[in-house]
Amino acid sequence: MNTQSNAIPESPLESQAVAPALISPARRMYWSLRRELWENRSLYIAPLAVAAVVLVAFLIGILALPHHRMPAVFALAPAKQRAAIELPYDFAAGLIMAIAFFIGLFYCLDALQGERRDRSILFWKSLPVSDLTTVLSKASIPLFLLLFSFAVTVVTQFIMLLLSSAVVRANGLNVATLWTDVSLFQRSLMLLYHLLTVHGLWYAPLYGYLLLVSAWARRAPFLWAILPPFAIYAVEKIAFNTSHFAVWLAYRFLGPEAFTVTPGGTLMNVMAALTPAKFLSLPGLWIGLAIAVAFLAAAVRLRRYRGPI
Amino acid sequence: MACIEAHGLRKAFGATIALDNVNLRVAEGRIVGLIGPNGAGKTTALNAILGLTPYQGELRVLGRDPWTERDQLMRDVSFIADVAVLPRWLRVSQALDYVAGVHPRFNRVKAESFLAKTTIRRASKVRELSKGMVTQLHLALVMAIDARLLVLDEPTLGLDILYRKQFYDSLLNDYLDRSRTIVVATHHVEEVQDVLTDLIFINRGRIVLDYSMEEVESRYLEVMVHPEQLAAARALKPIHERQVFGRSVLLFDLTSDHVDRSQLAALGDVRMPSIADLFVAVMGNMAGNQAGQAQGEAR
Repeated sequence: MNTQSNAIPESPLESQAVAPALISPARRMYWSLRRELWENRSLYIAPLAVAAVVLVAFLIGILALPHHRMPAVFALAPAKQRAAIELPYDFAAGLIMAIAFFIGLFYCLDALQGERRDRSILFWKSLPVSDLTTVLSKASIPLFLLLFSFAVTVVTQFIMLLLSSAVVRANGLNVATLWTDVSLFQRSLMLLYHLLTVHGLWYAPLYGYLLLVSAWARRAPFLWAILPPFAIYAVEKIAFNTSHFAVWLAYRFLGPEAFTVTPGGTLMNVMAALTPAKFLSLPGLWIGLAIAVAFLAAAVRLRRYRGPI
Repeated sequence: MACIEAHGLRKAFGATIALDNVNLRVAEGRIVGLIGPNGAGKTTALNAILGLTPYQGELRVLGRDPWTERDQLMRDVSFIADVAVLPRWLRVSQALDYVAGVHPRFNRVKAESFLAKTTIRRASKVRELSKGMVTQLHLALVMAIDARLLVLDEPTLGLDILYRKQFYDSLLNDYLDRSRTIVVATHHVEEVQDVLTDLIFINRGRIVLDYSMEEVESRYLEVMVHPEQLAAARALKPIHERQVFGRSVLLFDLTSDHVDRSQLAALGDVRMPSIADLFVAVMGNMAGNQAGQAQGEAR
């Protein structure tokens, strides 16, 4: 744009001679993503707010902890001690992850309906940004959310560790025990692995489905999203008295056995058992990704025909 | 090359025919007014031109098929749709950043200088701006795009008369040059009268009049007839008659073989009809003709 900065005083004919700058698809994508973040500030505010709440609660907890109980925790058998120390960290990670997950779902449900509802689709369509770029930028927001909530979790856990280190030290106990038990680095890697595999790849068709409903529904996208699966379930149940669809749906939500957290097992154990090779060889993963692509393609096509509602 | 070329353009919504065999040619550099009553098919025609709706028939805009080549077309075309469509959460500075980020022909400095003439602040959100300011912002964005075709659908809707005047003035002074084409659909016929080079009337999905302003000037003449000449004037078969301050104003089509300019000058004060009066006459006659045809068929 700077090259055109002196074009103003000239006659329109001369300004016409300025060759239009080429805009790469990557740059259009970048600005489309920024646009989404401008509109949906809750995408990053909510995980930060949850992290803040977690930190405040944690701080109150360790400050209010009776002094005699802390040595008691440290005197437990190693496995129990570890479980007791790990608990708030897992809880913090789970809470931030859950909030980010739900925000991602609601974002997708609104993404292609909101722009029609407020008629701004006519403005977006007046600019040279294709439907494909728009839908892809909206579809990559859940991925952004995933990475962002991961960063928030790591920082939160790190601050928690620093806070508890200070308290442990003030009580004259061994800080090293705490750091080995929490093992922040390994924990973060596992969390990232879990987020990318389960929340990113395994749930991709879910995000695609919600975007498609959002592009299709004139109103009440939430109801429209729930209705088809429920109808299919009801028809199958009444007509054949079977529940294959419900079982399949549960599989899509809960994942293969390897995902399910057995009582007493932690996320880390579960994820450690699901090696990348094992995960990538799941046929359900690839079927899901194919379905996600089909949903997104349909959403792109629908947006072409869609105007304000 | 024609900027817009349509042959047998047709669009139906269920049983309603919005565009019925429309043939149209708009040369580059023209400023075309698309005038018609509500529901005449104006917006449908513009939507087809902008690739917002599929259609039947043949349509080329800047040599491209607007439906299948929309993404490329939008680099050379800009438009303002009939209502305020800027998202309410958008900040003025964000709007500038975004359009500069995605549009190869956007001149940010130009947009800033348009905005400098208004009271719009960069940090404001669209929801904080008045209706007039939102339109001003949209105009500043669109006019800073060096587009080959600009489509405006009721661009001054909701603006007070001061801004409306300002809008068409800046359109003439800052935007126009010979290679740019503008298509404007509006109800405020009297405001665009001096701006247009071409006039298209559309009614019930059909084009009922398509002339350059020169043709309109040489073709139509309005006479405020001296009362004593009224019978003589009526005998010359005016296409429309109305009363102004108790005097009859008759509108003539000079291409019909029984009238000429000097003949009419003898009957009263002659002048060029306003677009609004011409519109009323042509639309009124359409209804009349249909009734006449029906009678003729009945006989």
